[in-house]
Amino acid sequence: MFSKTFKATAGVVLMFACLISCRKLLPDAPADDSILDGPVDGLTASEKIIFLRGDVAFNDEIFSSGTGLGPMFVASSCGTCHAGDGKGHPFTTLTRFGQSDTISNKFLHLGAPQLQGRAVPGFQPEAIPAGASFSKFTPPANTGLGFLELVPDADLLALSDEFDADGDGISGRPNWINVPVYCQFRNATVEKNNRYIGRFGKKAAVYDLLQQTANAYNQDMGVNSSYEVFDTYNGLEIDPEVSNQTVLDVVFYLKTLKAPIQRNTSDPEVKAGAAIFNRISCGKCHTPQMKTGFSPISALSEKTFFPYTDLLLHDMGPALNDGYTEGTALPAEWRTPPLWGLGLSKNSQGGQVFLMHDGRARSIEAAINMHGGEATKSRESFQQLNAQEKSSILKFLESL
Amino acid sequence: MKKFTCSVFLLISCFCGSAQIDPVLLRDPSRDTNSLQLNMDAVYSRPFNKVGKLPVAVGGYVEANYQYLGQDGITEGHQFQMRRLTLFVSSAIGKRIKFLSEIEFEDGTKEINIEFASVDFEFSPLLNLRGGVVMNPIGAFNQNHDGPKWEFVDRPISATQMLPATWSNVGFGLFGKKYNKGWVYGYELYLTNGFDESIISNSENKTFLPAAKKNADRFEESFNGSPLLTAKVALKNNKIGEIGLSYMGGVYNKFEDDGFKLDKKRRVNVFAVDFNSTIGAAKTFVNGEWAWIGIDIPDTYTEQFGRKQQGGFLDIVQPVLKRTMFGFENAVLNAAVRLEYVDWNKGRFQSTGGNISEEIVSVVPAISWRPNPQTVLRLNYRYNWQTDLLGNPPSKLAGIQIGFSTYF
Repeated sequence: MFSKTFKATAGVVLMFACLISCRKLLPDAPADDSILDGPVDGLTASEKIIFLRGDVAFNDEIFSSGTGLGPMFVASSCGTCHAGDGKGHPFTTLTRFGQSDTISNKFLHLGAPQLQGRAVPGFQPEAIPAGASFSKFTPPANTGLGFLELVPDADLLALSDEFDADGDGISGRPNWINVPVYCQFRNATVEKNNRYIGRFGKKAAVYDLLQQTANAYNQDMGVNSSYEVFDTYNGLEIDPEVSNQTVLDVVFYLKTLKAPIQRNTSDPEVKAGAAIFNRISCGKCHTPQMKTGFSPISALSEKTFFPYTDLLLHDMGPALNDGYTEGTALPAEWRTPPLWGLGLSKNSQGGQVFLMHDGRARSIEAAINMHGGEATKSRESFQQLNAQEKSSILKFLESL
Repeated sequence: MKKFTCSVFLLISCFCGSAQIDPVLLRDPSRDTNSLQLNMDAVYSRPFNKVGKLPVAVGGYVEANYQYLGQDGITEGHQFQMRRLTLFVSSAIGKRIKFLSEIEFEDGTKEINIEFASVDFEFSPLLNLRGGVVMNPIGAFNQNHDGPKWEFVDRPISATQMLPATWSNVGFGLFGKKYNKGWVYGYELYLTNGFDESIISNSENKTFLPAAKKNADRFEESFNGSPLLTAKVALKNNKIGEIGLSYMGGVYNKFEDDGFKLDKKRRVNVFAVDFNSTIGAAKTFVNGEWAWIGIDIPDTYTEQFGRKQQGGFLDIVQPVLKRTMFGFENAVLNAAVRLEYVDWNKGRFQSTGGNISEEIVSVVPAISWRPNPQTVLRLNYRYNWQTDLLGNPPSKLAGIQIGFSTYF
């Protein structure tokens, strides 16, 4: 009835139509709870456009010597340090140096506080000056930063217990820092001796995400903006190498990255681990729940979230005292790092984990065992758990 | 648009040249008609047509495709692409003096390149002088890259994203070949302008030799005054196949400027091996290339930029049906597969001793149909696994590509 040619033609057309219509041939998207990047739910269309602009600037814009990189630098793009918006790798660990007390950094004239340990060809990178104390900082994950930024100062002060009035051995306190002039104060910000509460960075020495972003362009990539105008190479004011719009797009991107989504929440072992986590007082510093204040971005405004941090400084003992500090933090004091996303760390650290401030802990258990100072009691309680209980708490932490 | 206009003008100028040159001298350039053709012969192993009394032979090829690709669950939807339109103009200027040019329009008129434009002087089969814009004979693909010769919509990743195919430069060199019963061997040796510092300072965030292609000034002047040496030897047996060994190397950095010494001379060295063979009665065609790159990068620069790279591809093409199809006599239906691998940064992190990744693995099963030897219709399915520098879980890209490529 039909000619061979017709059948063949129909077969080819049908095959092409099947191929074109079959999305099964394409790779699936990874599960939302298995990745850290992606926007918070509920952004408006215009907010999504800005988010996408920031995403491109953060992950795709690579600086070279022709576009402003360096000449001294740590990394050539934002995404280099924060693969998949997750924790960084020792390859891009920052070294900060020069300040050993709460008064001042005496090595600012020698390139402090951050070491730019790499340089474009023809230039020499920085070296740590003799006599300067230093500490290494592994890049943190970016996710959920917008939520952390919106926690009211009053909530942080309510969590602090600087003089351990309740006698539990834990005495969190804010890092009071000087704020750059370009930062806008958040609603009801609290001031003390012309200083304000820092909340980002290993020492909580950064006020907000604009300061963090402008600093990272300047200190990590050697890229000047109109916010951070001084070149890290010669210390002089030079033309901006990145536009304000780009910096603000990146800030918006960081603000609106989603919070990590906990996995395996119905697993009985995870639930048991969460109970043990609270029982041995880990949650006194790694505060499970917080709430944002008002934000013009409605997706972030007055939301309850679960970061497992109090954003306060705690004395972590002599083993974690590198002799370096920032703001009013003491060298042994570190800001409680958020634990959300902890279980996904290996997906951004090359299949391994590098935990604690400088990546010295190669497993979650090793990290717990490195806790000292105010966390000594909790660490000892962990060490006294039986094998099943330890497994449960580790499973819980892996689920975050 | 300006580039397009200029290119068309140049092309027309070639045709108009007859007014100034004795047309008796101008004719279709002589070709080596021996069946033992090497990859180095590819530049003249193309269909050329004489048009009326024009003093030149012309030809070209065109390729276009449709693709639907997705990466980690995100797709850019249906894409129609005009990959390239290439025009050849050749002419025998005199006895054993010939000229050939190849002008390529990529992605519409987004890129317009003179890929080849040289004059060959034949002193003997084993001694020819070539000068002009030459294609550096590194590997096989760079020399033998015409779309209609391949069963795949995309060019090999290793050839275009690690090696800089198609990579041509201004320079001079020698080439020749010799037959001996069932054997032929050939050589090529060129000194040309070469790479620049963009290969380690670019928007790819990795050592990327193709970045140097953006430097159009290389057709006018050398970046550092140091020539790029490219050399290749190839051997072919009519029953076994062809193997080629090639080297390309030179200084890529600006080591001095205006009399000031700025840096030591830093070299990039590339070694490649290529082979092809038609196996057995089934006429299975196997074609592959592998290259190793070594680059002298300052120790104080970032490890993001690899000091060593390697990669290659293997194509296996099996004719499964040869007969009259849709009225096309001797049409051929092929099943094919391409396997690809590139490691852009072969080494270990100083900080951890762990492997530096930045790799891609790709598999491309394909069906191609050739209504005649000069034309190919292709259906490809591509699947890539690409890991970042740190070796995090790979990004997966896959999808179908349907297209054609034909000489005209």
